[in-house]
Amino acid sequence: MNSLTKMVGWIDERFPLTSNWKAHLSEYYAPKNFNFWYFFGSLAMLVLVLQIVTGIFLTMNYKPDTNLAFASVEYIMRDVPWGWLIRYMHSTGASAFFIVVYLHMMRGLMYGSYRKPRELIWIFGMLIYLALMAEAFMGYLLPWGQMSFWGAQVIINLFTAIPYIGPDLSVWIRGDYVIGDATLNRFFAFHVIAVPLVLVGLVAAHIIALHEVGSNNPDGIEIKKNKDPVTHIPLDGIPFHPYYSVKDIVGVVVFLMVFSAVVFFAPDLGGYFLEYNNFVPADPFKTPEHIAPVWYFTPFYAILRAVPPMFGSQFPGVIAMGVAVMILFFVPWLDRGNVKSIRYRGGIYKIALTLFVISFVGLGILGVLPSTPLYTIYAQILSVIYFAFFFLMPWYTKIDKTKPVPERVTG
Amino acid sequence: MGFVNMNTIKKLLLLVLAAPAVAMASSGAHLDKAPYDLNDKASLQRGAKTFVNYCLNCHSASYMRYNRLKDIGLTDDQIKGNLMFAAEKVGQTMDVAMSKKDAKEFFGATPPDLTVIARSRGADWLYTYLRGFYRDESRPTGWNNAVFDKVGMPHVLYAMQGEQEMHVEKHGEHETKHLVMSKPGSMTTPEYDATVADLVNYLVYMGEPAQQTRMRLGVIVLLFLGVLFIVSYYLKKEFWKDIH
Repeated sequence: MNSLTKMVGWIDERFPLTSNWKAHLSEYYAPKNFNFWYFFGSLAMLVLVLQIVTGIFLTMNYKPDTNLAFASVEYIMRDVPWGWLIRYMHSTGASAFFIVVYLHMMRGLMYGSYRKPRELIWIFGMLIYLALMAEAFMGYLLPWGQMSFWGAQVIINLFTAIPYIGPDLSVWIRGDYVIGDATLNRFFAFHVIAVPLVLVGLVAAHIIALHEVGSNNPDGIEIKKNKDPVTHIPLDGIPFHPYYSVKDIVGVVVFLMVFSAVVFFAPDLGGYFLEYNNFVPADPFKTPEHIAPVWYFTPFYAILRAVPPMFGSQFPGVIAMGVAVMILFFVPWLDRGNVKSIRYRGGIYKIALTLFVISFVGLGILGVLPSTPLYTIYAQILSVIYFAFFFLMPWYTKIDKTKPVPERVTG
Repeated sequence: MGFVNMNTIKKLLLLVLAAPAVAMASSGAHLDKAPYDLNDKASLQRGAKTFVNYCLNCHSASYMRYNRLKDIGLTDDQIKGNLMFAAEKVGQTMDVAMSKKDAKEFFGATPPDLTVIARSRGADWLYTYLRGFYRDESRPTGWNNAVFDKVGMPHVLYAMQGEQEMHVEKHGEHETKHLVMSKPGSMTTPEYDATVADLVNYLVYMGEPAQQTRMRLGVIVLLFLGVLFIVSYYLKKEFWKDIH
């Protein structure tokens, strides 16, 4: 017995090292037919780690104080060695996180990864998405630019629209009657510790739930139904490590190439990743002509603007925006189809999902642009499509003519 | 990927990327393309000179340190001798003596800090703006601007550019506006344009002094990742060769 085996043995008597290694990596059997869409889960974890590490280093020089915040970010950009790189990695990482997560969710919708027995994985995933939105929203206030300030102003004012408790609630959120030092400090606290802790916990729950039931695949069939009679290993399964660990490395490298291209050559990405107006320090007395949230929130922002105020209140729009996010939690129960994967669904679901993608992207584009009467009509049409995708799902998935599902995974 | 209509997605993505940059310039005026070149150190030095002589009296650049100008090929002594009028130590930032309160009284608004002005306004806007001043007696300063209507700032560079007037021609419903030189300054128009281009070049540099380093490093990083991609691709292929 060599010394390494001895050391592992010593640990195993005190901590389940080998058994965990086996359960989650070397003897976690994943379907062998993962395709392109299956890179984004591990990439989301990579971005989470990047955000945490770069965030720690930013915290070393950032000052959560309305008089110092903007200058401290410029200090990081200019005077801190490699500060610009850390900051651009963090700002690009925020957008990258949403890109990766949106593609990951798209995968779930395409292959029915939320269906029984994976409902909890989907719910944990949705909670991660909610936490991510809170994390991004609060992080965006920290540079204390015009868009930080006015974006936060618009969002917090939404709470004012809630009947009876709204005004008090928004004061409670801000900790002041206006967005000020109290708001910046509490957002900093939430952004650097509270929400990241929740995120990491939820990611752990997401993965534990996944490894309990096993991964879905592009065919949407359960590989555990066909096991080798002797070894009890799924016939279509391969150990996650080394097969998917080496495959994910390729995905990571390609991702890093795209990520680096942005970080090094276009860190503001034409105003989409870093808004130009955010290079103007926050000024509570000067409302920008056009307040646009960062791109990852714009689909929901477009839905908010598409709903006309009723009885002089914006509340219906706020409700619509809230429902647009929360409805995703119910997808596992809204889908009544008898197959999981898009590959074996009929034409109706394919059309529905295509329309949904068009509505989501279209709303995202409209949310960036200033609203005009014509764009508002577009946004209303796309909002109807967005909601119809979910509300009509029990009906159209049931009547959809599905194809027979194969016994074993296909290529 | 099966059904997903990749073409539709690609088209939509292109639409977003081609959409005009979000709220870059506030006015809808046509902007001239700024001919700046961050590799041209002489131009950056000329721009720095114009900046400290004309802009830095009212506008600060509070996040920019004088000694950072070593980036554009100057020595500490050159900076101290030629560019530092309002600071004692070369490590200080480019502040102005005028208090914000006084400035607000003098001009109606505090002149904005210019450190990152090129990042919020963009080079083209600055280039057009600095060449867009014209005489307007209705304004308290006697000056107005073609891209920034009712601007608070008087034309600080008028001695060089001269004085322009705004001519409005009516063609029925439409009207066209253009600037006409009414009183030439010490420079010809091409000379003045070149001076402004140098100044804008400097402002773009000052907005993000690390940008040249960033792009140089980016090339190395991408080359490294390219090699890593080949290695990781063949590693994957080797591991997967018995999986069918």
